[in-house]
Amino acid sequence: MSDGTESVRDRGYDDVIDAIAEGEGYYLECPEGHGSLPPRRLCPECGDDTLRKTPLPDVGSIDTYTRTEVPAPAFADDAPYVLAIADFGSVRLTGQVQGVDPESISVGYRVTVEVAESKTTGERLLAFRKR
Amino acid sequence: MTGPRVAGVGVTAFGRAPERTGRDLFGDAAQEAIRDAGVEHDDVEGVYYGNFMGELAEQQGHQGPMMAEAAGVQAPATRYETACASSGAAVRQAVRDVRNGEADVLLVGGAERMTNLGTAGATEALAIAADDLWEVRHGMTFPGAYALMAQAYFETFGGSREDLAHIAVKNHANAIENEHAQYQREITIDDVLDAPMVSSPLGLYDSCPISDGASAAVLVSEAYAREHDLDAPVAITGTGQGGDRIALHDREHLATSPAADAAAAEAYEDAGIDGDRIDLAEVHDCFTIAEVLAIESLGLYEPGEGIGAARRGETTAEGAVPVNLSGGLKAKGHPVGATGVGQIADVVKLLRGDHVNSDAVPDATVGVTHNAGGTVASAIVHVLEVAR
Ligand SMILES: [Zn+2]
Repeated sequence: MSDGTESVRDRGYDDVIDAIAEGEGYYLECPEGHGSLPPRRLCPECGDDTLRKTPLPDVGSIDTYTRTEVPAPAFADDAPYVLAIADFGSVRLTGQVQGVDPESISVGYRVTVEVAESKTTGERLLAFRKR
Repeated sequence: MTGPRVAGVGVTAFGRAPERTGRDLFGDAAQEAIRDAGVEHDDVEGVYYGNFMGELAEQQGHQGPMMAEAAGVQAPATRYETACASSGAAVRQAVRDVRNGEADVLLVGGAERMTNLGTAGATEALAIAADDLWEVRHGMTFPGAYALMAQAYFETFGGSREDLAHIAVKNHANAIENEHAQYQREITIDDVLDAPMVSSPLGLYDSCPISDGASAAVLVSEAYAREHDLDAPVAITGTGQGGDRIALHDREHLATSPAADAAAAEAYEDAGIDGDRIDLAEVHDCFTIAEVLAIESLGLYEPGEGIGAARRGETTAEGAVPVNLSGGLKAKGHPVGATGVGQIADVVKLLRGDHVNSDAVPDATVGVTHNAGGTVASAIVHVLEVAR
């Protein structure tokens, strides 16, 4: 987001965003079964350093959502948009719910996740779509 | 009861002062605190200073020594940063260092300059308290994060925008006589409900303003207070801090603030009190829903019960446990780095009897402060008591 970081690839993060774009999203899982989002060296729950890529479930369900009218400058042309936290089992993701009437969204709404672009900056972001 | 005495406090008015620098603001607050304490500048052994967005607002890092200079103090100085809980963290360290005998006199405080960034710039700056990779890049703002918590709270426990509106109305009412407050004006339930939406279900009047300001306090050991015959009746008797994952979606619960639960439990155990001993609280109501989460974490209410407290009149100035008699962040203002010590200053004055709203709590002996960073990934609670 900030100046000077655009050219730097966020290894781990950009890898998983690429994978979600390909329809092959994953999260990291430790031997205890704790899920977390990349990049990670260690499991944030237990500190174990053997993390393996585990496929992200195809369908998540919305835990909470908000319609943002006043955005940060990086989303000036995107607002209003619906931001949500969706539960994909061992991990939750934050993203924008796209392609549906905001009035129809409620907790428990089932979604898939894909990669979209900010209308303002062209940067990649996570988008949830109705299952 | 053990703990340093708060010998003096000082705050600038919180509000719009885009032409004033951080060092100008902090210099004022520190001068007032040192004068209020009646200590010699030479006796100050350290400056513990909270600030969050100084690099963005003033292109200024390394603010500790700069602020010691602004305060006219020659002593080692360190800046503390835990987002909106920055000066709360500074207080906590100062309390521990006085207790363990490292120092007898410390200057603690904080400052923030925000309005010079403009609304868009300040919104962007506040968002850096969230996880850049997994939250900010997808459109999370600071109000948006609390809106997600508010929606989760409504879903889990019930509650409505009108319940939240009562919190805003209460805190504005408390600020009317507070000359340090950003908004000294009454608002109505309809004002809150009719205001433009920021991030549903939170509207403009559910949100604290963008503010400039500074705060300071002088903490001294009991021995120093005695030797110098200081009039310092209020002690910080309990300190606690809790932590959580930075991203909201990584928390187990989206409608509670476990870091604040932990901070409160630690602070109460430290002070040897129960939640039911508390006479008043200054809590981190950056958004109306945040006050609900705060009073539940402080044990004043069970989870799910805090939402109706203001509507029922229990946390108003006339209620059993007034919350945010200063006006809170909502009406007093929220210059982020100054907020934690600003809360300490209000509770000290309320307990000493020289706060503009002291008449609401004439017999108060125990007050608490609750200062939260980010979406409560950091939380700091202090217990203040009138020493007998
Ligand atoms: Zn683990």
